[in-house]
Amino acid sequence: MGIIFAIFKKEFRSYFVSPVAYVMITIFLIVSNWLFFNTYFLDKEASMRLFIARLPWIFLFFVPAVTMRVWAEEKKLGTIELLMTLPIKDFEAVIGKFLSSFGFLVLCLLLTFTVPATIAYTGNPDWGPIIGGYLGALLMGTAYLSLGLFISSITENQIIAFILSIMISFAFLIIGDNFVLYSVPDFFVPVFEYIGFGSHFMSISRGVIDSRDLVYYFSFIFFFLFLNIRSIESRKW
Amino acid sequence: MIEVKNLTKRYGMTVAAKDVSFTVNKGEVLGFLGPNGAGKTTTMKILTCFMPPTSGTANIAGFDILEDSLEVRKRIGYLPENTPLYTDMKVEDYLSFIAQIRCIPKSSRKERIKKMIGVCNLQSVLKKDVGELSKGFKQRVGLAQAMIHDPQILILDEPTSGLDPNQIIEIRGLIKELGKQKTIILSTHILPEVSATCDRVIIINEGKLVASGTPEELQDSAQGDSILYATIQAEKPEIEKVLSRADYIKEHKFIEQIDKSYRYKMIIAKSETNPGESIFKLALDKGWILSEIHKESMSLEDIFLKLTREK
Repeated sequence: MGIIFAIFKKEFRSYFVSPVAYVMITIFLIVSNWLFFNTYFLDKEASMRLFIARLPWIFLFFVPAVTMRVWAEEKKLGTIELLMTLPIKDFEAVIGKFLSSFGFLVLCLLLTFTVPATIAYTGNPDWGPIIGGYLGALLMGTAYLSLGLFISSITENQIIAFILSIMISFAFLIIGDNFVLYSVPDFFVPVFEYIGFGSHFMSISRGVIDSRDLVYYFSFIFFFLFLNIRSIESRKW
Repeated sequence: MIEVKNLTKRYGMTVAAKDVSFTVNKGEVLGFLGPNGAGKTTTMKILTCFMPPTSGTANIAGFDILEDSLEVRKRIGYLPENTPLYTDMKVEDYLSFIAQIRCIPKSSRKERIKKMIGVCNLQSVLKKDVGELSKGFKQRVGLAQAMIHDPQILILDEPTSGLDPNQIIEIRGLIKELGKQKTIILSTHILPEVSATCDRVIIINEGKLVASGTPEELQDSAQGDSILYATIQAEKPEIEKVLSRADYIKEHKFIEQIDKSYRYKMIIAKSETNPGESIFKLALDKGWILSEIHKESMSLEDIFLKLTREK
């Protein structure tokens, strides 16, 4: 436990030693707020629905930027050799790093508190979908994270990690969309719908917390964390 | 303390280490010698449990590297090749991170870090980012990192590469000092380093162990023919004729002309126990003026070259 915490602390701190993290948070907040408030005062609707609905698309670019360096840089600098010859188990390193990216994501979401605050000030929102929306966004962001961390662990090039993460996340994002579902054989429709992020995200962000969606997200996250551990082990193959 | 048994490592078709076996006793400093790409780093990566061997195993401080990898790693301090470090951390944060991972109890953590700072002379850079440091300081941070948990065994992969002569002397001094209490394996391709720091030497070439012993033993074993330099003032054709007739001179080679004298390098047969005297007598006999005579024994360098070039 102490080891995971030590790795978490070091990784989390390393986000903030360079200005990059601050720039990323700023861009995230400006883009998400601007896209929302752009139409908020015209729509005259006191809900966060549109804000939440755009988060998967913002995360699509934001999360890979958070995860791309996590393992790729260790490989590039050779510090992975240092890390893995310390007396730690592979999963401890993976979990420690995962938790630190998770912490960073939570921080970013917390910093959007001004949006619900503004809505509460200007109208009388229904809090259920807002809380559900945040939960959905957190789960979806975490799913992106575990995917991005795995991708980062298979390359030593951050740019490749970034682009590959976006591409694969994008595939998961659109695969359950009607647009895709129309063009695949009937047999695959329920499969694609289940695999895609979309349907799970929509139901949670409506405020409906269904155990099936939670199971989906948790298995997605654990699956990619497992792959991450395996890919760290792969030096031994 | 360290017992390596039939270690073999293959990367696809290339064999990086082939059937390497050796032992290191407690408190010994072992020099791991070999040209670049000979398999030194591979062997070290295996010993530090970064990757497993294709076959064979090693026992370190009583633990098997494959079965008790964590226990092995707890007892080793490792300085990898090129000293990879987290460049975005401050030196003190870095050391404290390693101390935490090494599970040094909180009560003694500060003290251990302080001690390492003292031993490795890091006071002046504590607040600096590791990435800003000069090569010499990085190396010292790497050493501090490797020793922070007071390990029984240190494995140092080219600890002095890229350092300036002053720093090299400093690091060598440090290693020698440490070697009094710890078991150390250090790899290098710089030969004087070995005679300066190591109790025992292992020479590895193309993944295979080609020699092992103390630096003196290696010198003795390679002591076949000796080399003699002599500067003689006489007629050149005459010198050549006489030298080629002497049966204990296996070979002679003209090197340079200094005024009226000629300098020769001679390879003297093993059977000739006192070549200096013989040459002197020869010169006296012929009435030559001998202005230099100088015997050279095979240096570690020659042994190394001989062993690593032989196929």
